Amino acid sequence: MGEIITVGNKGKNIRSDCFVTFELKDKGGPDIRLESKVAVMYGNAIMAQAKELMEFFGIQDASLKIEDSGALPWVLSARIEAAISKAVSPDKEFNPVMLKENEYTTFKDRNRFSRLYLPGNTPGLMINAGIHKPDGIILDLEDAVAPDKKDEARFLVRNALRALDFYGSERMVRINQGDRGIKDLDYLIPHNVNLILLSKCEKPEQIHDVNQRIGQLKKKYKIHNPVWLMPIIESALGVINAYAVATAAENVVAIAIGLEDYTADLGTKRTTEGTESFFARSMVVNAARAAGIQPIDSVFSDVADSEGLKQTVLRSRALGFDGMGCIHPRQIRIIHENFAPSAEETEKAKKIVSAYHAALEQGLGVVSLGTKMIDPPVVKRALNTINLAVKMGKLSENWRETYEQV
Amino acid sequence: MSKYDKLVTNAAGRVVPTIINNQSALPYMGIGKYRPTGRKAAPLIASSADYPADGNKVVASLREALIKCGLKNGMTVSTHHHFRNGDLVANQIFDVAHEMGIKDLMWFPSASFPCHEPLTKYLEDGTIDHIEGSMNGALGRFASLGKMKGLGVLRSHGGRYQSVQDGEVHIDIAVIAAPTADPFGNANGVNGPAACGLLGFALADSQYADKVIVVTDNLVPFPCIPWQIHGNYVDCVVVMDKIGIPEKIVSGTTEITKSPDRLLLAEWTAQFCDEAGIIRDGFSFQAGAGGTALSIGIYFSEILRERGWKARFARGGSNKYLVQMLEEGLTDYILDGQTFDLAGVRSMRENPRHVNTSPFTSYNYHGKGNFASMVDVVILGATEVDVNFNANVVTHSDGYLLHGIGGWQNCLFSKCTILPVPLFRDRMPVILDEVTTLCGPGELIDVIVTERGIAINPARIDLIDKMKHSRLPVKTIQQLKMEAEKICGKPDKPKLGDEIVAVVKWVDGTIIDSVRRVIS
Repeated sequence: MGEIITVGNKGKNIRSDCFVTFELKDKGGPDIRLESKVAVMYGNAIMAQAKELMEFFGIQDASLKIEDSGALPWVLSARIEAAISKAVSPDKEFNPVMLKENEYTTFKDRNRFSRLYLPGNTPGLMINAGIHKPDGIILDLEDAVAPDKKDEARFLVRNALRALDFYGSERMVRINQGDRGIKDLDYLIPHNVNLILLSKCEKPEQIHDVNQRIGQLKKKYKIHNPVWLMPIIESALGVINAYAVATAAENVVAIAIGLEDYTADLGTKRTTEGTESFFARSMVVNAARAAGIQPIDSVFSDVADSEGLKQTVLRSRALGFDGMGCIHPRQIRIIHENFAPSAEETEKAKKIVSAYHAALEQGLGVVSLGTKMIDPPVVKRALNTINLAVKMGKLSENWRETYEQV
Repeated sequence: MSKYDKLVTNAAGRVVPTIINNQSALPYMGIGKYRPTGRKAAPLIASSADYPADGNKVVASLREALIKCGLKNGMTVSTHHHFRNGDLVANQIFDVAHEMGIKDLMWFPSASFPCHEPLTKYLEDGTIDHIEGSMNGALGRFASLGKMKGLGVLRSHGGRYQSVQDGEVHIDIAVIAAPTADPFGNANGVNGPAACGLLGFALADSQYADKVIVVTDNLVPFPCIPWQIHGNYVDCVVVMDKIGIPEKIVSGTTEITKSPDRLLLAEWTAQFCDEAGIIRDGFSFQAGAGGTALSIGIYFSEILRERGWKARFARGGSNKYLVQMLEEGLTDYILDGQTFDLAGVRSMRENPRHVNTSPFTSYNYHGKGNFASMVDVVILGATEVDVNFNANVVTHSDGYLLHGIGGWQNCLFSKCTILPVPLFRDRMPVILDEVTTLCGPGELIDVIVTERGIAINPARIDLIDKMKHSRLPVKTIQQLKMEAEKICGKPDKPKLGDEIVAVVKWVDGTIIDSVRRVIS
C-alpha cells in the first residue's frame, strides 16, 4: 500500500480540469473510477486514456480515481502522469503528440508588445489564450503556482507546449528561481519553448546557469531551434546591473521590469503615475537599447480599468518601452492599439516615407518635404512607424499605391 | 390512454408523434408550409350583469378565487414568467390545488424557472399531469427521465399565442401575477414593489381563458393606469403580501460579460454586422439577454456613435445598456417584450419611446405579419448547432431538457440570424454532425460565430460575397466542426431511450422534433 496521492483541481468553479487520486496497492489489478461531467460523450475515451497511461508506466495494482470537470485529453494525461510520477518516479515520460501548428520558431526582434501571463497549473485559462492574439503567452511556473502544485504544473505546461495550439503567439514559460528553475527546463526545452523568462535577475551568472542547462538539453535532444531569454529585473541591484544582465548572453532578446517586487525592494509603494519607478524603468530602457535588445514594461494589474491601462501604455511607450505584460486577455487590444502608432503619427510618417521613396526614385541623396530637409534618423523613425502601422493592421501594406504625394 | 401515438417522420426527417396527450397534432411540414383555415378559437361569452356593478372583484384569497373559478381535475392553469426566478405565485396555485385534492392539472406557463422546483412533488403525486412550456433545471430533469405523467410540449412565445388561438390549448384558469392592479382587474407591470416592466406574456391568457384571476401586492383604486391587462377580461382580484422577490425578478444574465472569450465573440459579431453592411443608419436589431448578447449592444453603440448613426428600433429584452442607447439617442425606439432590470422598468414607465409589446405583435403565426421578421439582425444563443446550421436550444448534448424556447424560434425570421457560440464548452463540442433536438431549421440560421472562426450559411451567397476580403476568420461549418473534434475528440452520442418525453413545436403549431428519455 502506498500513500494516497492527489493531483489537479476540483470544485464548483473549476472547469476544463480534473482531480486525480492515486494509490499503489499490493494486489487487485488496476481499479479505475471516473466521475465526469462529460461522461456521456467522453466516458469511454477517458477510461481508455487512463488505462493506456497505467500500462505505459507499468502500473499493475493501483486505484485511480478521476473527478473530471471537462478536461481536454492533454490535461487528463498530465494529471494522471503527475500522480503516477509522484508514486513511482518513472524514468520515462508520456508525451502527447506535438501539434504541427506548434513547430514554429521566433525571431530575436519580433514584436513583443503584449505578453499574457497565465498560471501554469490552470488549464482552463490556457485553452483559448491564443485566440486573443497576444504576441506572447507565458505559462508561469513561478509565482502563479502554489508551492505544493509546482511539480504537477511541470507536466501540465509540458503537455500544453505540445498539444495546445498557441495560434502563433510566442511560446514563453517563466521558470522558478534557483535549482527548481534549472530542473523546470527539462520539461520545456525538448518541447519547442520559444522563450524563457527568468524572474528576479540581478547578475549575469543567473543567465549563464540557465544557458548551461539549455545547452546540455539542446545537445541531448538534438535541438536547433533558438531558445530566447527574457530576464526580469525586480530589485534595486537588478536595476543597477541592468546592462550587465542585458548583455550576459547572445540569446537575451529583451529585459523586462517587474514593478511589484521592485517597489517592495525600494520600500515604497507602486502608484499609477509611477514616479517611484521612473529611474528603474529608464535604466531598463537604456540598458536594453545599449545592448540592442527590447525593453519591456511591467504589468498593469487593475483589469477593470481600461483607461488607466491606456494611459500607462502611452507613458510606457513615451519612455521608450517596446511592450508590456498583461494578466487578462482584455488588456491585449488596449496594449496593441496604444503601442501602435496613432493616426496622426502614421499620417506624418506617410508623408516622410513617400518623400523618401520619391528621393530614391529620382536618385537624390537628400530627402525633402516641401522646402524642408529631412534628417536620416527622422526618415528611419518614419519607416519604423510605417512598418509598425502595417504590422498592427492600422495601415494597408499597399498604402503607397493610393497615396497622393503632397 | 397514452402520452403519445402514431409516429411519423416529418419534413425535417425527425420522428414525431401525431397524437399527443390524446389530442391530434400535425408533423412539421417545412417553413411557412402549414396554413390552417377556418376561424380562431373564441372565448366564452360573459355578461357584465354577472359582475359587481361597483367594479369590485376582490376576493379574500387565492384559494377562494380558485374555488370561485371552479378549479377541478384535469383543468389547464396558466401563468406568465415576467417575474422570472422571483415568482412567488405559481407554486401557491398548486399548493392550493394539492390541498383541495385536485388531480391531473396541466400547467401552462410562458416559462418555468429554478424557483419552480417545488412543483416536482406535485408532478410526482399527480396534482400536475404535465407541463406545456419550458422545463428547466429540476423540472427538466424530471421530464427527461420519463417521470412526467403526460407528454411535455415545448413552444415558442409566439407558438404559445398561436396554440391558444388555434384552440389547441384551452386555458381554464389564468392566474396573472400583476405588480399593480385595481379592484376591477386592470393591471400593469411598471409600478409596485414587484415591478417587472410589462405583462405581455399574459395577454393571450387574459383574452382567451375561461376564468382570469389577477393577483397583486399593490392594489390601487380604479383606474390602474396604464392598463396593459384589461379588467374587462378579469373574474377576480386577489391581494397578497408579496407576489415576487424584486431582486430575482430583475436579475440574471443582465451584466455584460467579463469573459474574454465571450467578449471576443461579441466583438466579432459586431464587426461582422458592420462589414456585411447590416449596421447602417436606421437599422434594427434584437439581442438576447445573455452576457455575450449584451456586449454586442455595446459594440453596436460604439459603431453608431462613431458614425453619427442611430438605430430605428431595438427589440428588447431591455436592460440598462439598451436604455442607455435610447437615452443617448442611438436608437429611436425600444420595442420591448420583457424587461430584465430596474433601468428597463423605469424607462418603460417614463419614456414613451420605450414601448411594451406582446407575443401577439412580435411573434404570432396567426397575426397578419409580425415584428420579428422586420428586424435587420438578431443575435441569439444555442446549446448545439449542426453542420446543416440546424440549432438546438432546449436540450444539452447529454439529452437533458434545460431551456425553454422563449422567443428564439420566432426571432429566426429576422433578415439575418447570428448565433455566437463557443466552439466547445469545457470538452463539449457545440458544432456537431446532428443536433440532439431540432428547434430551429438551418435554412433560417445565417451565421455561426465562434472564437475560432465564423461560418456563413452557404445559402447566404450575399453575405459570403460581402465577407470575401474580411480580416475576420471566415471558415466553413465543416472546418469548425473538425477543429472542435481535433481539440475535444470525437464525442459519443448520448444514449437515449426510444420513449418520447416531450415534443418541440414549430412556430405554426406543427411538431418539429421529439425529446427522448435520458437513460440514467
